[in-house]
Amino acid sequence: MKLVLSQEQQELRAAVRDFLRTASPLPKARDGYDPQVYARLNGELGLSGLVVPEEYGGAGAGMSELAVALEETGAALLPGPFLATAFTALALSLVPDKELQTGIAEGRITATLDDTELTHDGGTASGTLTQVLSGADADVLVAPARGDGSTVMVAVELAGPGVTRTALETLDVTRGQATIVLDGAPARVLGPAPETGIFDRLCVALAAEQLGVMRAALDAIVAYAKIRVAFGRYIGSYQGVKHKLADMHLKLEQAESIVRYAAWAADESPGELPEAAALAQAYVGRACFEVARDHLLLHGGIGYTWEHDAHLFYKRAKADEVLLGPPRIHRARLAQLLEL
Amino acid sequence: MNLDEYRRAAGEWLRENVPTDDYPEADAIARAKEFMAKLHDAGYSGITWAKQWGGQGLTQAEDRAFAEAARDYTLPTYVFSIGLGMTGPTIADRGTDAQRERFLRPLLRGEEIWCQLFSEPGAGSDVASLQTRAVPDGDHWVINGQKVWTSVAHHADWGLLLTRTDVDVPKHKGLTMFVVDMHHPGVTVRPLRDMSGKANFNEVFFDNVTIPDEHRVGEVNDGWSVAVTTLLHERLSISAGVGMGGQKDNPASLEALRRVLDTDDPLVRDELVELHIRSRALALFNQRLAQETKAGIFPGARGSAAKLLLAELTLYQADLATRLVGPEAVLADQPLARAISMAPGMALGGGTNEIMRNIVGDRVLGLPPEPRVDKTVPFKDLKVGTQA
Repeated sequence: MKLVLSQEQQELRAAVRDFLRTASPLPKARDGYDPQVYARLNGELGLSGLVVPEEYGGAGAGMSELAVALEETGAALLPGPFLATAFTALALSLVPDKELQTGIAEGRITATLDDTELTHDGGTASGTLTQVLSGADADVLVAPARGDGSTVMVAVELAGPGVTRTALETLDVTRGQATIVLDGAPARVLGPAPETGIFDRLCVALAAEQLGVMRAALDAIVAYAKIRVAFGRYIGSYQGVKHKLADMHLKLEQAESIVRYAAWAADESPGELPEAAALAQAYVGRACFEVARDHLLLHGGIGYTWEHDAHLFYKRAKADEVLLGPPRIHRARLAQLLEL
Repeated sequence: MNLDEYRRAAGEWLRENVPTDDYPEADAIARAKEFMAKLHDAGYSGITWAKQWGGQGLTQAEDRAFAEAARDYTLPTYVFSIGLGMTGPTIADRGTDAQRERFLRPLLRGEEIWCQLFSEPGAGSDVASLQTRAVPDGDHWVINGQKVWTSVAHHADWGLLLTRTDVDVPKHKGLTMFVVDMHHPGVTVRPLRDMSGKANFNEVFFDNVTIPDEHRVGEVNDGWSVAVTTLLHERLSISAGVGMGGQKDNPASLEALRRVLDTDDPLVRDELVELHIRSRALALFNQRLAQETKAGIFPGARGSAAKLLLAELTLYQADLATRLVGPEAVLADQPLARAISMAPGMALGGGTNEIMRNIVGDRVLGLPPEPRVDKTVPFKDLKVGTQA
């Protein structure tokens, strides 16, 4: 088991962190998706192709590297379809498709993945997907579809005919969702839908983003506690504040340990992945929201204002916590996997 | 010999030499001493300690390799843990050559048992406010006072004793460290029963006990810096042990509970899932710290985070288990009754949870310290202990 980052992984982290600091600073997160930032993210750092195999132009890296990147995009609250594209790339690692994977690796295609089952007739697909992550921004949708008695994965061009997209107003202003209605939209069959494996990988990838969100939230409030004065003292010197920050740090340490473990399991120990993935969502999802919540509260009144960034973390943390379903499903899966 | 060979050899030695048979409680000390002598002869006692003073002069890498090999065994070395983990390293770091020569080899060979005498009834978390006095008398010092929470004092030959030598200066500046002969007339060791009913530690009284000046460790009134050395070693030895102990004998573990509970009940299932989540989260954190240490990243104050989490998990786990099992959990002969009774110990010994949170806040997060009202006040003018 590997829980410590390698030299290369640390360099990747530093590169992504440095890039996002200038290319997508926090104030910009409110403006939403900026395709130019994506072009550079993919062009200069090759992030979109991280988990795409080398034969399709990707870096052929594993979940451990993707987790490092997602932690940084999470910390920056990067808007747009980065997570959705990463989700899709992970699904495509189980249902390979040269065209899509090459497009993602080259940064030409952003994609999103949904588990709502469509119907298809070989050439077109139909169905209503009520809440698709980054559905208004992504170029391609990948989803399961039923036809001829079997379930396959299909790809649909979202700018093409037969597609109606309606952007939804969401709690998280930095990253949107959309309702997508397909009515005989041209759809390409990628291959049989895998019975297992996709959901576990999404759980781990999301946990990595959540780790970044909670780390950035904790960093922000720790920095504030060192400069904000009340009753003649820095607020970080009060045990009422300090002890809460210490507890938040403990959650972060444990969350990081779980994310590293789950990413390692995805790469090296598939047998452990289902339990590790359920653990990652059950622990990190909750811990992320709690840390984001307490970071907002410890800011005091200023943290409740629209102008302050605290609510951006709070809302992203909540949106992430329920992104893959109500959190109880991860706990129920754990119970099942532990044969309780 | 490379590390793998070293580990394998250690494993083989342990398999042949760790006693596994039952023996009467009364023989425990004799057995422990016998085992330590064999351990030293085999070259596994004081692995990183200097050769000159009886150690093996090897590196942390060999020490870790041995610890890994020893993980599968319960070594009968408990009575030496204070000496090996805290007082011995303090003598090695801060003692005179004569003290190192006199004390270290007998410790490593299991010939002498040590205890640590810092805490007092009025000085726990704030140990620098202690009141046991040492007064000079020719080439001797005369000790009067009381210590508490002293593990293995009833078996100890020597104690590392922190005393007050000057009351006219602020509290940290008037302390001096000594080695005290625990068999000296005037030393009274009284077992102190803890809330579980067992006497795991002692009160120790000093009534005009004399100590030769050559048994002073460090300069007069520089005892605090010596104590800091000891406490650093204490924290390291606690955090090194954190996560080492398995859950196999824990009556509040998931494995133990699932055998006795109806897991068809969804409420029970969810409680057990929560227990699993918290246990795994801490276990993985401990493993990550261990891997970092191996990679040369020193855990430092993050060891306090691990200790705090273990304390909280211990309390939560015993509390949850008793609630899930119900009325029979409170019968005195039930392992769960013992577990709930012992659970607070981890949150108090080796630094309370509040002290651990201060350490994480100050040293890991770098938060500003609390203002101190006692820094410049002469000790004799300071309120200490419990005062109305």
